[in-house]
Amino acid sequence: MSGPPAAPAALAALAAEVGAEGPVAAEGRRTRWDVGGALADGTRLVRAPSGILEHKPEEMTVRVLAGTPVDELHAELGARGQRTGLPRRGGTVGGALAVGESDVAVLGRGRVRDTLLQVRYVAADGAVVQGGGPTVKNVTGFDLPRLIVGSLGTLGILGEVILRTNPIPASSRWVTSASVDPFAVLDLVRGASCVLWDGTRTLVELEGHGADVDANLRALERVGEWGEASGPPPLPPHRWSMPPAGLRTLDREALGDWVASIGVGTVWASRPQPPAEVPAPLAALAQRVKDGFDPTGRLAPGRSVWRRAA
Amino acid sequence: MGVLRGAFGRRRSQPVLPQDPVVAELVDALAPDRVRMDSAERALFAHDASVFTGGVSGPVCFVTSAAEVQAVMRIAIRHDRAIVPRGAGTGLAGGAIPLGAPIVVSTIKMNRVLEVDTVDRVAWVEPGVVNLDLTRYLRPLGYHFAPDPSSQQACTIGGNVANNSGGPHCLAYGVTSNHVVAIDVVLPSGELVTLGGVDAEPDGYDLRGAFVGGEGTLGIATRIGVRITPNPPVVRTMLVSFDSAEVAASMVGDVIAAGIVPAAMEMMDREITRAVENFVHAGYPLDAGAVLLVEVDGQDEGTRLDMERITEIAHADGARSCRLAADEEERALLWKGRKGAFGAVAQIAPAYYLHDTVVPRAALADVLRAVYEIGARHDLPVVNVFHAGDGNLHPLLLFDPREPGIMERVHEAGKDIVEVSLAAGGTLSGEHGIGVEKRDYMSMMFSDVDLEHQNRLRRAFDPACRANPGKVLPASHSCADIQALRQVPTGVWA
Ligand SMILES: Cc1cc2nc3c(=O)[nH]c(=O)nc-3n(C[C@H](O)[C@H](O)[C@H](O)COP(=O)(O)OP(=O)(O)OC[C@H]3O[C@@H](n4cnc5c(N)ncnc54)[C@H](O)[C@@H]3O)c2cc1C
Repeated sequence: MSGPPAAPAALAALAAEVGAEGPVAAEGRRTRWDVGGALADGTRLVRAPSGILEHKPEEMTVRVLAGTPVDELHAELGARGQRTGLPRRGGTVGGALAVGESDVAVLGRGRVRDTLLQVRYVAADGAVVQGGGPTVKNVTGFDLPRLIVGSLGTLGILGEVILRTNPIPASSRWVTSASVDPFAVLDLVRGASCVLWDGTRTLVELEGHGADVDANLRALERVGEWGEASGPPPLPPHRWSMPPAGLRTLDREALGDWVASIGVGTVWASRPQPPAEVPAPLAALAQRVKDGFDPTGRLAPGRSVWRRAA
Repeated sequence: MGVLRGAFGRRRSQPVLPQDPVVAELVDALAPDRVRMDSAERALFAHDASVFTGGVSGPVCFVTSAAEVQAVMRIAIRHDRAIVPRGAGTGLAGGAIPLGAPIVVSTIKMNRVLEVDTVDRVAWVEPGVVNLDLTRYLRPLGYHFAPDPSSQQACTIGGNVANNSGGPHCLAYGVTSNHVVAIDVVLPSGELVTLGGVDAEPDGYDLRGAFVGGEGTLGIATRIGVRITPNPPVVRTMLVSFDSAEVAASMVGDVIAAGIVPAAMEMMDREITRAVENFVHAGYPLDAGAVLLVEVDGQDEGTRLDMERITEIAHADGARSCRLAADEEERALLWKGRKGAFGAVAQIAPAYYLHDTVVPRAALADVLRAVYEIGARHDLPVVNVFHAGDGNLHPLLLFDPREPGIMERVHEAGKDIVEVSLAAGGTLSGEHGIGVEKRDYMSMMFSDVDLEHQNRLRRAFDPACRANPGKVLPASHSCADIQALRQVPTGVWA
């Protein structure tokens, strides 16, 4: 049986570096270094190897080492008409997966949690573990890739991944309006990759075939006036997670300056989201997961996947 | 039929009697008519839609609420019994087959759509809601539930979640996991937790993602929040016919490589096309080597351009003909053929074993050829109807169960199909799951260390190995120290 290509030597080197003892965490490019809180003092830092190993456009997959910069990956995929659901915020592939936050235009690009098909990570005991599978469709065994996405390096250190890729739509256009109900947009058009609202302005990214994008714009123009925009506005630093329907009744006081993603529920705000209480049985379950994967607590000590008070 | 043999003797010779103290407690917690002990009922629940026999059911409980599921779980804990969640029993990997006379928890009475929120674009449902019933419920609102297994008239959302089920339209829309936002789960400890949430990026580990595809081994889903998908304004469907299945297969990769992701791309080979045509009279070409049913959906202009391009690719690849459905009626007829395919097989064979592997699209033609050779080598007719768009093969091995020794041959052929699929860079299962069927093949895809890590996830949810023991992970990698596991057979087919 040949199966997927074997892990490259670089992965074995990462495993050796992680070893089996002492607190350790992976360092990408520190673009989202604060998420989950500061690492405990004395935590050793390692870097995952970098490189694009294999892009197969007809399979809609790319195999890449976790230290690869996301920009570099997207540039390479873009040259062949594809992209991924990883956010365009700099940093490395491994970092983006470990943090798990999706792109601002998640409606068009897909969620990070749906992007990771196969993962090879270095476990707490230094072993290289593979989860998931190399094809776009696969339900073999338990879903370790989804468990790893957003785990902030607390369950394993990402080494090599296979990601789902998607074709880049033929046409894309950002438009803005101060006169429409942002909540009406998604019912008016199909093919909006992003609908942002800051309380005054609505910004929309339309993607698809050129003719469809034009038709969508005409549909939007029937309910208000629109002008061209160059892209999303600057996003405030703190990321809130809300139900999409909750955006109708935002507590503007608590948010400060804000930009909300309609239909998604993400709000970027100048103030942090207060932590929610985690029910005890859920916290205990999560702790059992952590203890199972990292019995001595050496992986990213100090980092918590639960949102904490600032 | 495949027989689940093993260390069952002790339990099986110990009939579950009405005076069993477990039964009295279950009746107390539920109601007398919702705890079934009669042998007919228990015989029924010993099977699912797979070819496996040898399951033994304990008491069958028809629960109506999460509180009742918790009560049943606590009784199971007190008496140290295993439990098996069960939906409609349409699973094909033996996931719902009870091993070692566990308490069977049927969700079929938990069949209400609880709430639909079109702003959140989420429907909250009980686990026993039938897949197609949800989509019918959503139709007047302009939405549907995207995962559409061919069994959608019968299978439940709870089963879809547990098996991470797919269907023709998962090519563009993704399988069940992409469409589940939150799940209420009764853990094997009896505690009730909500995994995930309707909010954009729920806090904590993605345990909802980890639960989906857990095949009933991580707890019992009692309420599920699923994404609802707006119905596309325009849908175009085309039937493309070819001289051979291999040529049809090569078109699949070419379409994707051209930057088009159709909503669905389904293939049927010559034998199945003929059987279907005799059955539903959809106008399928009887002399084609294979047909592809290609569907694109979206907006008017974009879908028109995509279909034009797909037609060009088809002709360039040597298609014999392309027939674009002229109206909704013709479109429905073309799909009726595809959806009736398994029923039509009954015309050409007394029984079939439906396989499920995935291969890279580029390998489809080669693997298909190998699958036909495997059939010939084992003297078993093979027909293929499958989700070609994402490389998800479904070879059907046709056989007559009365023929002595037939199941050994079917088993051998099935294993050969798994081997060629994995050798081509594919995976063990695309949508039916592992269950007992492929449990002992897991080591062909994963190392011992990989399996040990999957088992860590399992143990975090179910330290006592109480939920659906003996499924998914080979016995050597599950929580083998637990009593329930000692009851689990090692050889699925004996
Ligand atoms: C003719 C035919 C065609 C099919 N086509 C497809 C297809 O196109 N795509 C596809 O993916 N599958 C297909 N299947 C397989 C099957 O229908 C799916 O796996 C389906 O999702 C099973 O649902 P069910 O309700 O029947 O679950 P069951 O068979 O009852 O159970 C399946 C698994 O789910 C677990 N389970 C059930 N309910 C719960 C719950 N509430 N909580 C926790 N665990 C639970 C069970 O323990 C078991 O492990 C097909 C089957 C048939 C017979």
